[in-house]
Amino acid sequence: VLPLLSHCSLTMIAVQMKSHCEYDLSASTFSPDGRVFQVEYAMKAVENSSTAIGIRCKDGVVFGVEKLILSKLYEQGSNKRIFNIDRHVGMAVAGLLADARSLSEVSREEASNFRSNYGHDIPLKHLADRVAMYVHAYTLYSAVRPFGCSFILGSYDEDDGPQLYMVDPSGISYGYWGCAIGKAKQAAKTEIEKLQVGVNILYIHIDIYIVHDEVKDKAFELELSWVGEVTKGRHELVPKDIKEEAEKYAKESLEEEDDSDEDNM
Amino acid sequence: MDSHHSYSQVKGVSTGVSNLFIKSYVSSKTINKLIQVHDRIFCCIAGSLADAQAVTKMAKFQLSFHSIQMESPPLVKAAASIMRELCYNNKEELQAGFITAGWDRKKGPQIYVVSLGGMLLSQPFTIGGSGSTYIYGYVDAKFKPDMSLEEAIQFSTNALALAMGRDNVSGGVVHLVVITEAEVKHVVVPGNKLPKFHDE
Repeated sequence: VLPLLSHCSLTMIAVQMKSHCEYDLSASTFSPDGRVFQVEYAMKAVENSSTAIGIRCKDGVVFGVEKLILSKLYEQGSNKRIFNIDRHVGMAVAGLLADARSLSEVSREEASNFRSNYGHDIPLKHLADRVAMYVHAYTLYSAVRPFGCSFILGSYDEDDGPQLYMVDPSGISYGYWGCAIGKAKQAAKTEIEKLQVGVNILYIHIDIYIVHDEVKDKAFELELSWVGEVTKGRHELVPKDIKEEAEKYAKESLEEEDDSDEDNM
Repeated sequence: MDSHHSYSQVKGVSTGVSNLFIKSYVSSKTINKLIQVHDRIFCCIAGSLADAQAVTKMAKFQLSFHSIQMESPPLVKAAASIMRELCYNNKEELQAGFITAGWDRKKGPQIYVVSLGGMLLSQPFTIGGSGSTYIYGYVDAKFKPDMSLEEAIQFSTNALALAMGRDNVSGGVVHLVVITEAEVKHVVVPGNKLPKFHDE
């Protein structure tokens, strides 16, 4: 048993010593209970990352990402975790940032090819399906490893309205009203569930601030972006003045410990 | 030629010989140059009919696959873009032009011209083919935006009749396709039943 154990990852020694070994070395192996451990480990990489939230409001979609600052020497605004995939589509990521960047390029190519072939904006569901298929392909072979990131795609279109989809390392895409990925996702989801439909970015701010405190990390930078009627269907970073106002409001709300917000921007 | 009206659309094609390579005899008086590429999208073909048929066959397949992937009827623009990609990428080998027109849920009735080299252009109405040169003045003068369905059908039939009257290689039968949200109607008007003008 001992020589076998030395091949297992350290974290597994604490849990169920026998069943993980032998079956977790490659993505092309199932375990006896029907799991692909490499994919589950990839999802762990996402759980260790800082939180990203997406909320689908009645007239748009808002993304908020908590970017933990590991050093005061970092330039502000570097290593963005929100990407523009097409004019009307945004992507917020959690997990291994390099993997996420690679997938953002893949998504951009998909959206661009679609436009080139069919002459119009790619519908978000189709984009989510296509990228999810690509992510899934990397869970099939032992020669490659699964992507260690989840991402949330959002868009707004006059006819189809706001749309929000999340893709995880297993290659499934889910449509959502509100969704959170990363270390504080449970706490964030609880906060999101309290919201009514038709809210705006203030709540994203409050959510991130609430869940950030609960995690008790050091300094963080907040990235906010939106796409909706207010931006005429283009995905953009939230303008500085609105962002600062919302940040102030969030901090004050937290101090008052007041959850019932009825404001509209 | 096609004409376009707010709630629906009329496509009309007059057929006779169109193939320059057959020298000076009419190969068919009744050929139908209106090809259906989807439930509410049709293509008028021009140029080498062999090339045009090959392109529309390919486009029909790609469009049907695209429509199933999207889980909704395709946009007219998507159909026209598919034709454009085929024409542009194979411009050395092909000699075919198209008028793609139809109805979709997003923008209603639309008309797109895909020319020989692969240009894509959207227009409220358009004419093409050898006989079209004789009716540019007529359509420019008589076209009004937002015509009713009956007015549009009359406009198309008149224009085609005038072209057929002057062009020696146009004639035979008029095929009209009327595309609305509800249905697609195919009307065939033989040459002797067309409206008569002073040129005769």
